[in-house]
Amino acid sequence: MSTTRAAPTAPRPGQEPGATAERRGRRPEPGGWRTRLYRFDVRYVPYLLIAPFFLLFAVFGLFPIVFNGVVALRHWRLDDPTLTGWAGLENFRRLFTDDDFFNALANTFGIFLLSTVPQLLLALIVASLLNRKLRAQTWFRVGVLLPYITPVTASTLIFSVVFARDTGIANWALSLLGIGETEPIDWRSAKWSSWIAIATMVNWKWIGYNALLYLAAMQSIPRDVYEAAAVDGAGPWRQLWRITVPMIRPVVIFTVVLSTIGGLQLFTEPMLFDANPALGLGGDDGQWQTVAQLIYKVGWRDLNLGYAAAMSWALFLVILLVAAINAVITNRLGGGKR
Amino acid sequence: MGRAPQHMPGTVWTYLFLSVVIAFSAFPLYWMFVIATNTDEALAQIPPQVLPGGQLVTNLREVFSMQDVFFLQSLGNSVIVSSVVTASVLFFCALAGFAFAKLRFKGRNALMVMVVLTMTVPNQLGVVALYILMGRMPGEGGWNGTLLAVIVPGLVTAFGVFYMRQFILDAVPDELVEAARMDGASTMRIFWSVVVPAVRPAMAVLGLLTFVATWNEFQWPLITLGGTDYPTSMVALSDLASGNYVLYRRVLAGALVATLPLLVMLFIGGRQIVRGIMEGAVKS
Repeated sequence: MSTTRAAPTAPRPGQEPGATAERRGRRPEPGGWRTRLYRFDVRYVPYLLIAPFFLLFAVFGLFPIVFNGVVALRHWRLDDPTLTGWAGLENFRRLFTDDDFFNALANTFGIFLLSTVPQLLLALIVASLLNRKLRAQTWFRVGVLLPYITPVTASTLIFSVVFARDTGIANWALSLLGIGETEPIDWRSAKWSSWIAIATMVNWKWIGYNALLYLAAMQSIPRDVYEAAAVDGAGPWRQLWRITVPMIRPVVIFTVVLSTIGGLQLFTEPMLFDANPALGLGGDDGQWQTVAQLIYKVGWRDLNLGYAAAMSWALFLVILLVAAINAVITNRLGGGKR
Repeated sequence: MGRAPQHMPGTVWTYLFLSVVIAFSAFPLYWMFVIATNTDEALAQIPPQVLPGGQLVTNLREVFSMQDVFFLQSLGNSVIVSSVVTASVLFFCALAGFAFAKLRFKGRNALMVMVVLTMTVPNQLGVVALYILMGRMPGEGGWNGTLLAVIVPGLVTAFGVFYMRQFILDAVPDELVEAARMDGASTMRIFWSVVVPAVRPAMAVLGLLTFVATWNEFQWPLITLGGTDYPTSMVALSDLASGNYVLYRRVLAGALVATLPLLVMLFIGGRQIVRGIMEGAVKS
């Protein structure tokens, strides 16, 4: 572990730094400096213990998001530092007439829907299977986590090859099924195909992780509920939808919110699916350019940080809205009652 | 909570379906290996080459000798970043988790609610401002382009505080803390001698999860380290895949190297990682 033995506390009374003598039985005497140290220890040290978290988070987590709002209201160009000052709502106004932004927003939503829905449904099925009495249980559970630990960077590059037009294994497998035999699918050329390819990567990555979250919740459902349902003649599907899903509803909502936040910020997959990732274009015509990618392009390719900040604030609001709507819908779907 | 017994035993179909899921999970990794060990010609074949070839060493040598990619340095950088971040997250989050779980102080509950709320704040959306902030840090040219820019924002996580608090609540009995206090132990002493030994398993899990997450991070490192000779391995991978003549056998040989440490971690700590994810889920 870490070697940070000298922690930021008051010096301990009667003990040289590094001394190991036990101080058994030495109670603080009233009125002395030892009492004061004791009081300090009990009253203020807790704040010292939580201070690093709050300080670091305030400076590098919270402040940037708030400051982002300020940057969004200013001119801020990396290539022209003199062009500075208030822009008012100009950046936001520009946003509403920016075709690139709405294209990116549509792509983001398209890929988000294609990934979240199948991902969570499959995770549910995988979880309910993992919840059965299995041999080699641990092996299966660790196995479904392979995608989770694989860097998205690496997996996207692999899928890039899998979805290559002429030599990709995806087209080869489809041709065995008689699809695209004469004209192989050019996955990167159209919106629908690039969205499917990217959604496949996202699904691949997160099904196992979500399945484990569901499994954890499923394990606390009492067995007799299922037995009663089985006696009443409910099959596995009915049991899954009528018992399991309503009973793990909090976790379902949690995963829906989580994948909304993640899905709408999609960055690595669309970036590296491109033949020339550094440009952040998301295809020749931006077929699959997501908002996060567009923010990167506007900020660090076009060097317009002010406008990029406005975009990220807009995305933030969209995420909040969608996450809230999703949470409400999921709550209804699961039966709605507490 | 009492753990309910698992219900029905798996049928043949259960095993079959799950095996397909595992195969689907493992396939891209296998495919990475196939490509990383083959030649260009083998990869242009139809039907595709499905077996590993003998070119791994050649491909790797090319990756490590590529100009402007700094692959070897990038691996070192990733090790530094991930190790420092992991050690720091473990230390600071255990400290804060201990305070929230076992110490009494004014505002404790309100502050804990704040920690939970911060878990929902998507840091990614502050990247523009974070970049500007890093540019203003002390030192010539600020911290952008240096490892500090990647390390410092990761030093603590709200999830870590939350996770350690949950575990310490259960794993460290109040009486033990009281007894240590009666014996005259200071708060820090209690932390080192009572809490840390009791929560080693949770720290192992949090450490594994943090290491994996940090190692895999891409967007922020790309923004702050992209185009410098100080990339992390993920940024170096994207450099490998950029340019006009991208050789995928080379790209995926690099990806293989950058993934290997995590595969080893999953192999060694798989059971702990699974348990950690599942425990985090039930309690949140």
